Amino acid sequence: MDYVATGSNVKVLAKAIHSLSRIGEELYFESTGRWLALRTVNSSRSAFACFHLCPLFFQRFHTPQGDSFRCKMPIKSVQAVFKSLSSLEKTVEKCRIEWKPEQSQLTFTLHCKMCSVLGLLKTHNLSFQDCESLQAVFDKERSPNVLRAQPRLLVDTVLHFPPSLEEVTLSVTSDRMWLKNHVEDESDQSQAMMTELYLSSEEFEDFVVTLANQHHFCLKELSAPTAPPPDDFMCDAHGLIPHCYGTSEIAGPSTQINQPPRSTHAPTPPNHRLFSCFSLSSSQFRSLFFGSVLPTPSQGTSQTLQGQDVLASDSEDEGSP
Amino acid sequence: MPLSTESQPGDEQYVLVATLDNVRNLSNILKAITFKDHAIFNATRNGLKVTVEDSKCLQANAFIQAEIFQEFVMKEDSVGFQINLTVLLDCLTIFGGSTVPGVTTALRMCYSGYGFPLTLFLEEGGVVTVCKINTQEPEEPIDFDFCSTDVTNKVILQSDSLREAFSELDMTSEILQITMSPCQPFFRLSTFGNSGNAHYDYPKDSDMMELFQCTTTQTNKYKMSLLKPSTKALALSCKVSVRTDSRGFLSLQYLVRNDDGQICFVEYFCSPDEEVDEES
Repeated sequence: MDYVATGSNVKVLAKAIHSLSRIGEELYFESTGRWLALRTVNSSRSAFACFHLCPLFFQRFHTPQGDSFRCKMPIKSVQAVFKSLSSLEKTVEKCRIEWKPEQSQLTFTLHCKMCSVLGLLKTHNLSFQDCESLQAVFDKERSPNVLRAQPRLLVDTVLHFPPSLEEVTLSVTSDRMWLKNHVEDESDQSQAMMTELYLSSEEFEDFVVTLANQHHFCLKELSAPTAPPPDDFMCDAHGLIPHCYGTSEIAGPSTQINQPPRSTHAPTPPNHRLFSCFSLSSSQFRSLFFGSVLPTPSQGTSQTLQGQDVLASDSEDEGSP
Repeated sequence: MPLSTESQPGDEQYVLVATLDNVRNLSNILKAITFKDHAIFNATRNGLKVTVEDSKCLQANAFIQAEIFQEFVMKEDSVGFQINLTVLLDCLTIFGGSTVPGVTTALRMCYSGYGFPLTLFLEEGGVVTVCKINTQEPEEPIDFDFCSTDVTNKVILQSDSLREAFSELDMTSEILQITMSPCQPFFRLSTFGNSGNAHYDYPKDSDMMELFQCTTTQTNKYKMSLLKPSTKALALSCKVSVRTDSRGFLSLQYLVRNDDGQICFVEYFCSPDEEVDEES
């Protein structure tokens, strides 16, 4: 397996990894002949993110015939390869990711330049663990609500909330969306600073709301997809469009994509359970961010995070049948 | 009592008098070797040498030659004492880190000899502070017996480029391995940490390599904890020379330009990390 990314794509790759690190602690790396997938899931399995990089993204994309490669490693190890994000574009000429069947490590090589003369060569051999494919159990097509906008809108919206804030409430009606910070304790409300932001449907490129809804998100997970730089891809034919879906659905066998949901708990009653998916796409890569929402007080306190069906799974979960 | 660079009445008692218009020309270079509390001061007519050691395996020396000082008077051939470097630096920077252009702190450093404290007169904007720091019996600095004639490999690099590698070094690695060779990889820094290993290769014919004289392929390991403090000297310097001798001892020499553009040197010596090889 031998992939080479050059120029500004190295920075995109680095930013993708950094934004994945905001969700999970392990990076799931999967390469096939068609794409390279970088995925992660958070510890409670309630948020999932992935980047699919197509061959077009790379200067060289070589996957041996019929071979696919899968592994996982601590995301911090991969982040260490791409330090000093701001100077990456100026100093790194290309990034090579290699693996040979007999090796137990994945090799990342950064070819740096200094004043257009070949400079430092940074080689990182990272140990990995074998793993199964990490997939999200989710069906976008069944979403009753679809909001589509330029990524800048989401970036600007999230900026208004303090980074230390844990949860936000996102509500949609037929003509507007609003976001406000969520304060758990009623008594705190008078003391906390409340921020509320309205976005009319006109701000969006597409605004389809068939089910007015309100749900809570973990802010950190919501802001993760805003990390990669969409600006680079604005001139592409497809553009870069985040799709925001708020759904109300019951996750069950009919919505499986790849793996059956590995619920380690008894199935919960068919209440409203909400997931949201953000996706960014261009001709060179696709990324998807899934976040499950925290139950609103009206749904009852019995529905805790543990009670939700897992959103993402790999068959290496403990407690296999 | 305004400071002046001319001899003062009462100076006869001092064996060493050194004055500086800008104390930063001394304090900055001392910061590059402050990784231990105590330092050995040795003054000769050529100037000042300050030595800090760690675990008998690492030695750092800062050289501030007599020409750097506005006045440097030595009544004896050699004078030495041990002093608390942290306290000394606190005193030298007692007026704070002001970088207002034109405003500098002046220093007059005086020493009466064995058993006497080191006296510092510091002045900024008409305000004078007097500090007296106790001195101790100086220990003999380690002689690493590093001779230029025994140097097998030598490179001189621009500090910028080495700074980049040092700032990214995997700190979970206990050792830093340095490979120097007349063939690939020429000059390589390697770490072996929790997530895997990393190598930083410097090609011999790049702009940042000012000198490349490697005769034999050598790979040596050094304790990361010992070399980490050298990044302070690296940050201050514009060039660094890396030399190893036949025993694998490492010499790092840093060329530092002070505020007035004058050159001073900082040097680190480090002994290689010996591994006990239990297998044949």
